[in-house]
Amino acid sequence: MNAAASFYSPVQAIAGVVIRELYRRKDFYVLFVLTALITLVLGSVNFFNEDKIVRYLKEICLFLIWVSSLVIAITTAARQIPAERENRTLFPLLAKPVTRHHVVLGKFFGCWYASGLCLVVFYFFFAVISGAREHAWPIVNYFQCFTLHWFMLGVVTALALLGSIVFAAPSSNNTITFVTVTTILLLARHLNKMALSLNEPLQTLVYTFYFGIPHLELFDVRDLIVHDWAAIPWLVWLGALGYATVYAGIFLAATCYAFRQKSVN
Amino acid sequence: MDAILKTEGLRVEYRTRELGQKTKVAVKDLNLAVFPGEVFGFLGPNGAGKTSTMNVLLGFVPPTKGDAFLYGVSVRQPIARQRIGYLPELTYYYKFLTAEELLLFYAKIFRMPKAQIDGRIDQVLKLVELHEARTRPIRTYSKGMQQRVGLAQALINDPDLLILDEPTSGLDPIGRMKVRQIIQRLKNEGKTVFFSSHELGEVETVCDRVAILADGELKAAGRVVDLVTEYRCDNLEQVFLKTIDFKLAA
Repeated sequence: MNAAASFYSPVQAIAGVVIRELYRRKDFYVLFVLTALITLVLGSVNFFNEDKIVRYLKEICLFLIWVSSLVIAITTAARQIPAERENRTLFPLLAKPVTRHHVVLGKFFGCWYASGLCLVVFYFFFAVISGAREHAWPIVNYFQCFTLHWFMLGVVTALALLGSIVFAAPSSNNTITFVTVTTILLLARHLNKMALSLNEPLQTLVYTFYFGIPHLELFDVRDLIVHDWAAIPWLVWLGALGYATVYAGIFLAATCYAFRQKSVN
Repeated sequence: MDAILKTEGLRVEYRTRELGQKTKVAVKDLNLAVFPGEVFGFLGPNGAGKTSTMNVLLGFVPPTKGDAFLYGVSVRQPIARQRIGYLPELTYYYKFLTAEELLLFYAKIFRMPKAQIDGRIDQVLKLVELHEARTRPIRTYSKGMQQRVGLAQALINDPDLLILDEPTSGLDPIGRMKVRQIIQRLKNEGKTVFFSSHELGEVETVCDRVAILADGELKAAGRVVDLVTEYRCDNLEQVFLKTIDFKLAA
């Protein structure tokens, strides 16, 4: 067995348990049923015989998908390592030929794949509803929207995992990660404009912050589907995926470092 | 014969949060050797340093000084743990998994060949008498069954050395007897078992040799019969109390 396969085998096994946990818990089903219900109820209403109303329906459904996916990714990632410690399953796990890096990577890939599976279900539902109304299937737009969304969730998952080592309780980690992600999504794009109106050294400070944080809002390309815009150039799309990979990597490296420093007792 | 578990001048210190006291010494220059095929009892009162020693052996805590080896490989290397099985005290395994799925997970961690996995799962589930409950989620198991699923996970890789941390703690008499029988069967198969326990009667029954630790120091080590003779006592319990310098209240 080569070194890469030998390294990835425990990572894959740990990821498998995370995925199994997700589909045996009720969280995903509750969120999916809620999203589906709200979308179907809104879809059944006929507003002034206006066909364009379908755009609002798409917008609401995609917004619900974004919120649900963030809830799933953050709560799943935030509870992984604390639950291993609390139930003491971390002990038999680390007593095997497994390093803490394996545990962090296994948890990350498990949460990320699980979020991806949930996204597939959500987007499939959305495509069916939207396609039934509009009789159009912009596959490329869906693909780009889905992949960017999924990679953004990778950054969020890595951030929540880091939080699970740094913060004592999963509940505080959930709240802090959710607030951080929402703030980035809503305000990060305005930071550079805000910096322009500030004096030094505050301007440099805000600019440093602006360039340092992961700009998750770049991955929000819902308008591609809502307004049927042209697909993003593939190089830009690829660059965005690379950008997410780099940030997820940085957060994972920090998680591995923090986990190594932490006593398992 | 080469020792398969060895500690050399092992010292473990922890940082404390108390003012004026920077470190707490959990284990002081411990030298131990466990040989193939032995059932070795690791005894001591609470806070004696047993768990700290086990934590070093399992790679959870790095030694402050000295070193520990499993099969001649430093415990700092994860590969040292390839041929061991570990049963921690009071663990609540993944409740959403069945025993079969749990064992499959651990088998994958050990990178066991697919062709061997099913057979090995059957074998260990039969050994711990859980084959009939194999497809039930672990959350439906009693405490004794959970302990036995723990033993099954410790045995999945067919280890040559088993490290058991208070394997009968919290079990009813039947549960204890079953765990004891399993240890005895493992001994008959030629496995080496290193276990900590507070049940001295049990230790006396199954152990070939014991080590008694108190305040992080090794107070006595040897065969139970030899220790009883050496300390002029009637049983292991008396030896234990004598070595840890326990004074009965008048």
